[in-house]
Amino acid sequence: MKNKENMNENEKQTKNLEEIFEAKIARDEKIEPKDWMPEKYRKTHIRQISQHAHSEIVGMLPEGNWITRAPSLRRKVALLAKVQDEAGHGLYLYSACETLGISREELYDQLHSGKAKYSSIFNYPTLTWADMGAIGWLVDGAAIINQVPLCNTSFGPYARAMVRVCKEESFHQRQGYEIMMTLCNGTQEQKEMAQDALNRWWWPSLMMLGPTDDESIHTEQSMKWKLKRKTNDELRQQFIDQTVPQADILGLTIPDPDLKYNNDTGHYDFGKIDWDEFWQVVKGHGMCNKERISARKNAWDNGEWVRDAAVAYAEKQVEKDEVKKAV
Amino acid sequence: MNKNWPLWEIFVRSKNGLEHRHFGSLRAADAEMAMNNARDVYTRRSEGVSIWVVESKNITASNPEHNGELFEPAADKAYRHPTFYDLPDDIEHM
Amino acid sequence: MTNENLIQYIYSIADNSLILGQRLGELCGHGPTLETDIALTNIALDLLGQTRSYYQYVGELSKEDLTEDDVAFLRNEREYKNVLIVEQPNTDFAYVIARQYFFDVYHFLLLEKLMESKNVNLQAIAKKSMKEVAYHKRFSGDWLKRLGDGTEESHQKMQQAVNDLWVYTDELFHMNEDDKVVAKAGFGVDNTELKETYYNEVEALLKKATIEIPSTPYFQKGGKKGIHTEHMGYILADMQYMQRTFPDMKW
Repeated sequence: MKNKENMNENEKQTKNLEEIFEAKIARDEKIEPKDWMPEKYRKTHIRQISQHAHSEIVGMLPEGNWITRAPSLRRKVALLAKVQDEAGHGLYLYSACETLGISREELYDQLHSGKAKYSSIFNYPTLTWADMGAIGWLVDGAAIINQVPLCNTSFGPYARAMVRVCKEESFHQRQGYEIMMTLCNGTQEQKEMAQDALNRWWWPSLMMLGPTDDESIHTEQSMKWKLKRKTNDELRQQFIDQTVPQADILGLTIPDPDLKYNNDTGHYDFGKIDWDEFWQVVKGHGMCNKERISARKNAWDNGEWVRDAAVAYAEKQVEKDEVKKAV
Repeated sequence: MNKNWPLWEIFVRSKNGLEHRHFGSLRAADAEMAMNNARDVYTRRSEGVSIWVVESKNITASNPEHNGELFEPAADKAYRHPTFYDLPDDIEHM
Repeated sequence: MTNENLIQYIYSIADNSLILGQRLGELCGHGPTLETDIALTNIALDLLGQTRSYYQYVGELSKEDLTEDDVAFLRNEREYKNVLIVEQPNTDFAYVIARQYFFDVYHFLLLEKLMESKNVNLQAIAKKSMKEVAYHKRFSGDWLKRLGDGTEESHQKMQQAVNDLWVYTDELFHMNEDDKVVAKAGFGVDNTELKETYYNEVEALLKKATIEIPSTPYFQKGGKKGIHTEHMGYILADMQYMQRTFPDMKW
């Protein structure tokens, strides 16, 4: 009897805390790592932030594929700097995630074992130089639409990381668009290369904004916690509306015969997305899923002796200092 | 062996005259490496002129559960603020 | 001293930065931690930045109005004058660090002297690069000590890398005909004068890193005359892929 009363008391208390917590977020106050938070909030944030971090570091690979082959020195340094930024962004995000009581190593394990997801778009191959343009323009474009609202998300460390990410990311999309622009002003062969890249990256970029609202399981809760400000479908529409005129300026054709401006809605109507392909890639059967994960895993496994050596060396220096002090 | 590098907190002074501000954290095996990594990670775009690195475990942080006793008592001490005091409108330089 | 002498001399400096930058570029995303990825990329970016300054100056000197990219991408293998050490592969992190450190110490000493060049362009590039390379040397030197005096495994790997790369160090101080002419004119550096300081510094650090100084009866050479190791062809095949597949286009 007594036990039961206690339990009810505990439950009541938790419920109370949760109400205070939700009210805090509704008032636009931030949640900081040591604040009380519902377990679900913690878990959801670990999942989303780590997924985001994984996407940054896996995203280094398809572009890294072209660093050695970049066609000019100017392009080479820009691409290197961009891929390096992605490592930085991964680092900021892993750090934000770690404040929730999980280590970077545990998060890596989840990535390497396939337990954690990352953005599926990075499982597509980068086949020509124009893909560097298309990724910067479309993939970073879609990412920015996703990310800008996160600068105001409720979890402080995530919001702060995103402010830094968004600030740094602003050159990435411009870099991509400039590559496309140069190709489209170039020879017929270059223009075809640009069109081919758009053809291959357009639909995956649309999918990148997530499943349709009726299929998306997390949206409502995420809205409440300001992990999302708009639904996937709204973001997708925004992306299409802003990208189509950019394609027009390039003189490229969006590979969607159903794409048409709708005077009534003020938006572009667009064709059906091949969600079977989306789920195939999400489930690990894209062209490069295996390569991407094994590249990450190799980097980590082959680096173990290096990380160990650094720790061993640091410990020896501490010991030496102590001996010095003792003498 | 597989020992993980400890976490460090990075503080950067953006320019002389400003205070060091918390920029973020990173992993490093020792202070020297933390300093180099901080330089490479957090000042790639000329963000700083001075860096402090502190191993995270050396930071003692207040517990938000004690926020009531720590911070709320200051809230009703309006007399610490200049606006608490009434002065005639035509008085200047005060 | 002719312009051509000077151009060739610049190649023998700038090609080192280009090829090492290219090698480091291969690593981005594959290093032991994100922090080291970011650090090595910074070094690569410094080196490629230097390369561009040198090649732009070559463009000014050349009769054919060469661009930095013509210089970087359109020469044949025999026309690259980099030393052999910078083209050696990223076998493992120990090789990356040893290659970097062996080159950085030389690079630092070279720039120190090049800052006194009678040629204002070279002087200016050297002054700017000097600060960058001072940091490179600090980074690679720190890591060489960590790996050398870290664990048993890292010690062995570091020793192996040092043994294998040691044979490429002597070439750093070779002077081809152009080097000699340009040095004599006070524009270039007499590399032979750097050698003693170099080995003193490197050997002192290896000792701190508990790494044995290798002894070898023979050293490798050839890069400064355009005779490279077999790796070079593949580096160029990658690097020049776009230029060779799609000639005369702007990117």
